[in-house]
Amino acid sequence: MKSTTILSAGALVGLTLPAFAETEITWWHGMGGQLGEVVNQIASDFNASQDDYTITPVFKGTYEETLTATIAAFRAGEQPNIVQVFDAGAATVIAAPGAVLPVEDLLKANDVPFDIEDYISGVRYFYADSDGKMIGMPFNSSSPIMYYNTEALEEAGVTPPKTWEEFESVTAPALKEAGYIPMTQSHMPWIFTENFFSRHNLPFASDNNGFDSVNVTINMDAPEIKEHFASFKSWVDDGLFGFYGAAWDDNAKPFEQGDVAMWLGSSGSFGGLAQKADFDFSATYLPYWEKITTEPKQTFIGGAANFAMSGHSDEENKATAEFFRYLTSPEVQYMWHKETGYVPITTAAYELAKEDGHYDRFPAAEVGIQQLSLPAGENTRGYRMGFYVQIRDVMNREYTRLLTGETSVDDAFAAIKKEADALLARFAQTQS
Amino acid sequence: MKRARFDHRLLPVMLLVPQLTIIAIFFYWPAWNAVHSSFYLQDPFGFGSQFVGMDNYTRLWTSSEYMRVARFTLVFTLLVTGLSLGLALLLAVKADKVIRGARTYRTLLMWVYAVAPPVAGLIGVALFDQNIGAITDLFAALGYDYRLGVSYSDTALAMVVVSVWIQTPVNFIFFLSGLQSIPKPVLEAARIDNPSGFRRFWEVTFPLLAPTAFFLLIINITYSLFDTFGIIDTLVKNNPASNPMTLVYKVFIDGFRGNDIGGSAAQSVVLMVLVLILTVFQFRLLERRIHYT
Repeated sequence: MKSTTILSAGALVGLTLPAFAETEITWWHGMGGQLGEVVNQIASDFNASQDDYTITPVFKGTYEETLTATIAAFRAGEQPNIVQVFDAGAATVIAAPGAVLPVEDLLKANDVPFDIEDYISGVRYFYADSDGKMIGMPFNSSSPIMYYNTEALEEAGVTPPKTWEEFESVTAPALKEAGYIPMTQSHMPWIFTENFFSRHNLPFASDNNGFDSVNVTINMDAPEIKEHFASFKSWVDDGLFGFYGAAWDDNAKPFEQGDVAMWLGSSGSFGGLAQKADFDFSATYLPYWEKITTEPKQTFIGGAANFAMSGHSDEENKATAEFFRYLTSPEVQYMWHKETGYVPITTAAYELAKEDGHYDRFPAAEVGIQQLSLPAGENTRGYRMGFYVQIRDVMNREYTRLLTGETSVDDAFAAIKKEADALLARFAQTQS
Repeated sequence: MKRARFDHRLLPVMLLVPQLTIIAIFFYWPAWNAVHSSFYLQDPFGFGSQFVGMDNYTRLWTSSEYMRVARFTLVFTLLVTGLSLGLALLLAVKADKVIRGARTYRTLLMWVYAVAPPVAGLIGVALFDQNIGAITDLFAALGYDYRLGVSYSDTALAMVVVSVWIQTPVNFIFFLSGLQSIPKPVLEAARIDNPSGFRRFWEVTFPLLAPTAFFLLIINITYSLFDTFGIIDTLVKNNPASNPMTLVYKVFIDGFRGNDIGGSAAQSVVLMVLVLILTVFQFRLLERRIHYT
């Protein structure tokens, strides 16, 4: 209600005082529901905070739809000033040098102070080029974490598992005994593949996870990941793990309804979950395999970043830079973190949240950022692969077929490796 | 018979121009673009493209996934066309015999026509959903674990059911009006000659319905191939994964979700050729055997 009042007030000002020229910029994003409301709030707060610029946020559907709309708009010369691009689409955008203005250059050219060291370590380089220059401004940064229904675990007499070994031998059987489906997860490529490699510090792809070259191949023939999915399959078969397909909500809903005791979701799900769940829940780190590593590392940052599109006037770019300055300020970051559960991207914002006692009230809200601040390894920086949206679709297809018994572990991974490498080679060809 | 003549040579051309312009803009130009892009490989943002010859096409023939989609499309089209035509014909024949309350009965059968495909898809999602779906509960009561979005055949079933549900009323309306336009004396003569209702229907009524049925056959095949897009899109819920999909949905997935313009263009050309063959086949072979009155 408040945001509409401010928006219409802004429109009125624009109508009645044409001489008072504001620079208008647009921001396309993929944040629906409660997240979209917070995005609108940030935009209207920015508009109210100064008189020189007006930003209009536009919801363009899912992440995939937002990227597609942006590409179509760019080809027609109608691109927005800022666009939110998700982790899997980052390679497509970063590989197109003429399409985006690197955020680091944009900020420096417009006298907005920028120091990559101000950002928390986990988010610094995911959206950077191979030289470490930040291209996209991390926005809704999240990591996969494990939520659990406190009551359910107490009832079964177990604590949240730290390792998959513990889950398999202790936690899951006890929860099954207590009448719960022990666990579900909402995103197999993100949680069980990309972050599997990161958490165990295994190389996900050749050429420094794809950062150093477009001629990259994916390591989907690694024995560790195959073994993980063989275990996953046996858990599903034994009733130790629930599987409801590739859709995010289908796997989240049984947890929200209290049928499932633990759920692997996004740290950004915290805000929505707090509204929906009528039971006490908390969260902890993503489990790891002790047989693979005894020193688990940080996870990849998920979510999305804001990219400044090229082809706009200097005044509009200045407005974009000013908006980024506002967006990365500790107060706005803290508000975004508090309302949604996405991690604050700067150390200053994290400190502010601590000082304010946010984590004393909601310990689960800190899990995402803590997990992103765990020790880094040589393979935890991120990954950079083109046509990655299609690669994720291939993974989801083969994983689902594996879990429904239509294919075997070896065949599934051979198919993913073959198709993903073909897509990567094809993307490399488009870049030559 | 007197033939109409134009005195002015340009007049017929002028009269044709608007129509030809529309066809050129909305068909020839995009079709040419699709054919052209199908021989090129482009980066998503369109900074550059390179000629790759038949590469985009050979990728299709060698892709087991594309063949899987093609097989599903064939089965799906046969099922949806066959079931919605069969069901509509049965309902129309029965409705034709109803005398009391005929209007109410017919309206009840027709109203579904007003539901748009994506809306129908959403209703399908609500009914077949794994966690809240009423039909899922019904299956569970019968001892079957129905899983939309997990099991390939379960998802296919939902797609077929929703598609047939939406298409049946259209066919019903056409069949009913077709039945009512059959001259009464013909039917009465048939009744005298042959007392079996079943044989009378197949030997007299159905051949007289043939023009309607032929028209509906074409409409239904194109519906199954193309217009079911909205239903499939909502049932797939933005997660293609291992779900069944039709060829036209695959064009969308690869081109718009996967940003592979060349590959997607090649698929559209394949579809275009398919429709062309289908049209020629239907009009050349089937049209000859049908007598319009």
